Amino acid sequence: MSERAVNAAPERMPLRVRLALHDLDAVTLLVLPAVIFVIALFVYPFVYGFVLSFQPKTGDWLTNYRKFFSDPFLYDTIGATFRLAIPATLINVLISVPVALRVRRLERRRVLTTILVVPITLGTVLIAQGLLIYLGPQGWFNRVMAIIGVGQVRLVHNYVGVMLSLIMSGFPFTFLLTLSYLTGIDPSLEQAASTLGAKARARFVHILLPLLAQGLAINLCLSFVQTFSVFPSAVLLGAPAGETRVISIAAYQAAYEQYNYSMASAVAMIMGFCQLAVVVLILAGRNFVYRGAVTGGKG
Amino acid sequence: MAIAARDFRELRLDGMSRNFGTVNALKGVTLNVRRGEFIALLGPSGCGKSTALNCLAGLLTLSGGSIWLDKTRIDRLAPEERGFGMVFQNYALFPHMSVRKNIGFGLNMQGRPKAEIERKVDEALAIVRLGDQGEKLPGQLSGGQQQRVAIARAIVIEPPLVLMDEPLSNLDAKLRLEMRAEIRRIHELIGSATIYVTHDQEEALSLADRIVVMRAGEVRQVGTPEDLYVRPAHADVAEFMGYRNQIRSRATKSGNLVNVSIGGVSLQGTPIENVSDGEVVAAVRPDDLKVAAGGPISATVESAQYHGHDFYCLGRTDEGIELYFRLSQKVKKGDAVRLAADADRVLVYSRAAP
Repeated sequence: MSERAVNAAPERMPLRVRLALHDLDAVTLLVLPAVIFVIALFVYPFVYGFVLSFQPKTGDWLTNYRKFFSDPFLYDTIGATFRLAIPATLINVLISVPVALRVRRLERRRVLTTILVVPITLGTVLIAQGLLIYLGPQGWFNRVMAIIGVGQVRLVHNYVGVMLSLIMSGFPFTFLLTLSYLTGIDPSLEQAASTLGAKARARFVHILLPLLAQGLAINLCLSFVQTFSVFPSAVLLGAPAGETRVISIAAYQAAYEQYNYSMASAVAMIMGFCQLAVVVLILAGRNFVYRGAVTGGKG
Repeated sequence: MAIAARDFRELRLDGMSRNFGTVNALKGVTLNVRRGEFIALLGPSGCGKSTALNCLAGLLTLSGGSIWLDKTRIDRLAPEERGFGMVFQNYALFPHMSVRKNIGFGLNMQGRPKAEIERKVDEALAIVRLGDQGEKLPGQLSGGQQQRVAIARAIVIEPPLVLMDEPLSNLDAKLRLEMRAEIRRIHELIGSATIYVTHDQEEALSLADRIVVMRAGEVRQVGTPEDLYVRPAHADVAEFMGYRNQIRSRATKSGNLVNVSIGGVSLQGTPIENVSDGEVVAAVRPDDLKVAAGGPISATVESAQYHGHDFYCLGRTDEGIELYFRLSQKVKKGDAVRLAADADRVLVYSRAAP
């Protein structure tokens, strides 16, 4: 039986073998749940929202977008969001580098890392709550200021409050990411540089920074996307009708105050486009830096 | 190439020690290295040889003692202020820089003019025979080529002292032999002193002018390769230098020699340490234990490994003592042999000695 099959089609391999040669076998089926998940929870809502944004209640298909870009109350949210997201991202990523440089040499790295990670576990709302009380008119901070004679310093319900919250909740992420990229760099590279006469500053500029650049680019992307979609702290700690009226607030109001889902989808699409544009820009910049192994030879 | 910065007549390690917590990795190492000398630090893993090298490079601070270049104390200087070249075990080439940039890094740090850097990099590439590979990234080179780049990078700054930390341990056997000859050639060419860390006694014997045998953070013996090969000062040094047969025995004096009993028979040996208490270890190389028709020791072959020009055999005496020996003709398990050794090739050490 088997012999005859071989004789009949000598150069034809069984389907299973041919699929296996293209890395498709029974194990490949294990990605199916993930694929279904991505389609159901990301691709479908995205496509649905995209189509919905071109189906306004009244007017032609571009009405929502035309409305957004003609009303300063709406299009100013883009600027307001960028004004928060870009400085917050840069501060978080740039501060994470010197802190991580120092922390990787500590013996009790774990203790410090744990302390820095606590804000992640607390969540934005708790941080906002704490800041509101601590920095509020009756809070410790302003009482001390009053005693010193500085008077009231307003740090909440404005731009500063949101920025503080974004740094507190965002920094641990950027720090942990930078720390892991930094500890991944072979320490003997820095040692080699120092035996060749490079002082700390030169070692950082010539060795660590180029090897860290790709990690920092990823870090910038993740941190930016996270801060760009700021919502709770902008509402709780900011001035949601004024200077911290970010784009997610505009989308929220369209959806749940005006019940205009089509308009809300359009705002969400514009928001997504802004994020994508920045991420593409950063990743394109990555082509100018070294992207390879960060060890100095055979393990 | 000539040595530029910090040329010295003598490098002196004076009681150099280093602790890691409660562990004494280096216990008062004292050593003088002359200009242009090739020193091998030899010892098993964990003996402190790499710690010693890192202390010399300035990558580790000393817990005690001092390091001197002639009259200048250097152990408080940062690595970048010492101006020694170092070759790392994993090469530690900068992965984002071309071979030329890697080699030129040290000169660049010294702020040398561009033309001079280019010229010296060319020279260094020629020395390590990598003339046409300058524009590649380290990741595009083979292990042996990466090793050459690492050496070129260390010597191009014309250091008075080159430190090498097991530079050949990541290479395959054939390449290791080639690079061994290369390293010696380059050493003689540039005239720097070299301190070379290895756990391979063959490497140390073939490369070094003097070998420093270390164990448990201490220097056990310093000597020329011939000294160490022929007359190791202690039983553990002997074991490390290939005296595979270490027979615990009793000895009695007989003139300048001693008689050691191995199994039931008596063998003449040369006392190296004070063996007056009679409790001794007799050390014999497998090469020195010869098969002879009238030899005093009778043994049965347990195993024989073919090594090309001879057989490396394990035999057992009637009393159960294991003996390693070499034999030019073929033997098989169970064969009876008679073994003999010259009195000057049976080295007798005290068992009480540390």
